[in-house]
Amino acid sequence: MKLFPIRGGIHPQYRKELTGDCAIEALPLPSRLYIPLQQHIGVPAEVLVREGDLVSKGQVIARRQGPVSVNQHAPTSGRVAAVTEISAPHPSGLHQPTIVIEPDGADAWGTLAEPIADPFAVDAQTIEARVAECGIVGMGGAGFPSAVKLNLGIRHRIETLLINGAECEPYLTCDDRVMREHADEVIDGARIMAHALGAPKIVVAIEENKPQALAIMTAAAQAHTNMEVVAVPTKYPMGSERHLTLAITGRETPARKLTADLGVVVHNVATARAVHHAVRHGHPLVARVVTVSGQALRTPKNVEAPIGATVSDLIAFCGGFAQRPERLVQGGPMMGALLPGTDVPVVKSTSGILALTAAEINDRPADPCVRCGSCVAICACGLVPVEIAAHIRHDDLDGAARLGLMDCVSCGSCSWVCPSHIPLVHYFNYAKGALNAQERERRKSERTKTLVEARAARVERLAAQRAANLTRKPKAAVGADEVGA
Amino acid sequence: MIGESATRSGPFAHTANTVQRTMFMVLLALTPATLFNLYLFGWPAILLFAVTVGACVVAEAACLVLAGKPVSATLSDGSAILTGWLLAMTLPPWAPWWIGVLGAMFAMPLAKHAFGGLGQNLFNPAMVARVALLVSFPVVMTAWVAPHPLFTTGSPTLNEAMTITFAGETPDGVTAATALGYVKTELSRGVPVSESLQVYGRSSVLTYAPDLMDLATGFKPGSLGETSAGLILLGGIFLLWRRVITWHIPVMMIGTLFVMGTLFNAFDPTRFAPGFFHILSGSAILGAFFIATDYVTSPVTHKGQLVFGFGVGLLTWVIRTFAGYPEGMAFAVLLMNSLTPIIDQYTRPRMFGRTRKGDPLPVEGQQ
Repeated sequence: MKLFPIRGGIHPQYRKELTGDCAIEALPLPSRLYIPLQQHIGVPAEVLVREGDLVSKGQVIARRQGPVSVNQHAPTSGRVAAVTEISAPHPSGLHQPTIVIEPDGADAWGTLAEPIADPFAVDAQTIEARVAECGIVGMGGAGFPSAVKLNLGIRHRIETLLINGAECEPYLTCDDRVMREHADEVIDGARIMAHALGAPKIVVAIEENKPQALAIMTAAAQAHTNMEVVAVPTKYPMGSERHLTLAITGRETPARKLTADLGVVVHNVATARAVHHAVRHGHPLVARVVTVSGQALRTPKNVEAPIGATVSDLIAFCGGFAQRPERLVQGGPMMGALLPGTDVPVVKSTSGILALTAAEINDRPADPCVRCGSCVAICACGLVPVEIAAHIRHDDLDGAARLGLMDCVSCGSCSWVCPSHIPLVHYFNYAKGALNAQERERRKSERTKTLVEARAARVERLAAQRAANLTRKPKAAVGADEVGA
Repeated sequence: MIGESATRSGPFAHTANTVQRTMFMVLLALTPATLFNLYLFGWPAILLFAVTVGACVVAEAACLVLAGKPVSATLSDGSAILTGWLLAMTLPPWAPWWIGVLGAMFAMPLAKHAFGGLGQNLFNPAMVARVALLVSFPVVMTAWVAPHPLFTTGSPTLNEAMTITFAGETPDGVTAATALGYVKTELSRGVPVSESLQVYGRSSVLTYAPDLMDLATGFKPGSLGETSAGLILLGGIFLLWRRVITWHIPVMMIGTLFVMGTLFNAFDPTRFAPGFFHILSGSAILGAFFIATDYVTSPVTHKGQLVFGFGVGLLTWVIRTFAGYPEGMAFAVLLMNSLTPIIDQYTRPRMFGRTRKGDPLPVEGQQ
């Protein structure tokens, strides 16, 4: 297949060898599981259970609210120990409503949705409904409700379902392992999704640094004529949705549009596998494969963990720390976020838990920018990070926005490549947040203004009415007298 | 206002590259040519080199103290050494000590720290210094000598070198013209370029162009940075290989200089020197790989770097050919430095998903 070049990109140290050959191991059931009501982009789910309730594995314990929201299920059978607030797996460490479950050890499935024997005979709505019911979100890290993305077939004509097995983030090998160990499930899930989307063609894109996954997936895909497994160059950020679409189709997604506008929908390999489980077995998303890695860890592993297991459960399973980690990161090292501690749960979008040493991170105090232009050369979005950062440093956020700040995908390549170690992405994230806050303020004040204006108009109208009534009243009174007379 | 915080964004992985390492690579690339030329011009050149580099480091330290910035941390980035080194390479090797010291005064406080220090200066500090010196002391700055390799008869001893460098007493009969200077003077006296080139070739220690071997070895009068095009080029290729610089500026600059020289030479060989002569004489190669490529004062986009390289090449040729000075590289670099911000503004890459103007791309199949 002819591939198309993407602009820029970097070649960081991948360190995938830490876990690349570690087969997926199941985490023994922890003593407690913590299931946040929000593990996805959108509205939090609403609690259906109370403290003391007995739940079976796969039972809905929180119901989705509106279309951009997902159900949460009990990852195992047991008792609801509490419905409380605990620290979220987010750098802020803010508390978030969470259901705590004490497993009973039986790990017994409850009544599940009926398996769909022939998913290709049912309509798209049935499959979407099943995916939504089973609480599936994008498992590559974004955590966007998958059913919404399967809906894209209604308004757009989808030509290609692109299965993202690029896994361009360093360290992470969970998708690699899923493809190597569960290729048939991934491919079946992909075919079901393509059917729901009405996409005639499926392309599975895998970076060249995963030769085994490529070979296994190619062999598994052979039976299906509309499916192609493609090796894409190993280059970060190849796995970015828009960039992968460009590499495969040669078409560039216009700013503020979706890849669906080009007839392409992108789903992660683990999401495809989850769809297979939901449709073929009625199993909701209650576990996922997490790469637990980093040189501060004693034995890095790929762990299949129930949703709600804590980071400390996973780290203990991996032999604990060999040395004090400098940073604890959720996701990959490029786009992942700092973890506030080890007492936070694994959620549906947790692709990795990394315990990194200072040497691995190799951060240094920032030196002055020497305008070397590396950040410009590597930016996959065609931005000039050095200029945008200069505007942000001078608090000229609008200037930064004019230079394309909001088009930045925060891939982190510029921060990685900077010889002066300037935290460019930190600047950009700050500025994006500040601009969003400004926008919210602006909308709020605009709304206030319309309300004030409406009130002024109403008051004026009432006053005019009263004045009119006053002038009319004597006449009316006279009339009444006449009647009475 | 943005500040550093505990909730710092990723990435949590960084390149091993640093500013310090980059500067070190450039110094490393300059070393072979420098050592060879110090050997070629003997003790006076070594003394001047040491004085110039030392003065730049001291001047930078003084500026840092005055500005209240961390001294040792900033000095260790190696940028002051590099500026002094590059400046020394463009001076007449037997120039007196105060040329080096004055040059450092122009380069560090004036051209660099007045603008805010590393990364902030608009003009290349070494070239500001060289041009200021050339304009202020035209006689001293054009007193070139023929090579007097160390340990050969006629090469000054260390004691004699002290008198040359620190007392400013250049012995009689050692001065010689550079190729560019000679051709320019002769042309002003009515001698055609084609003829003066041949005369110069016979009269200098060895021939100049187009014998590439002689240029590479560099047995000809000139500054440290112009007498050994071969070794300088080797250093430049090293920088390209290590990806410290990209090809855009050097190739464009040398290419433009060569094309202009060749075209006009074909048109009138009595008035215009050939392309090979242009690129192998003066500081063309040094300028292309080590001076015009200065990160701080050149554009950040590759397209901008092409424009910049073209401008430096063209202006160098124009100044050499039509202006009063035989060598125009330094002027050309400074002139293009002043255009860098505007070049950057007009050569921004196209943003992903947008047209060159910045509007979102149209969606195919939609009106």
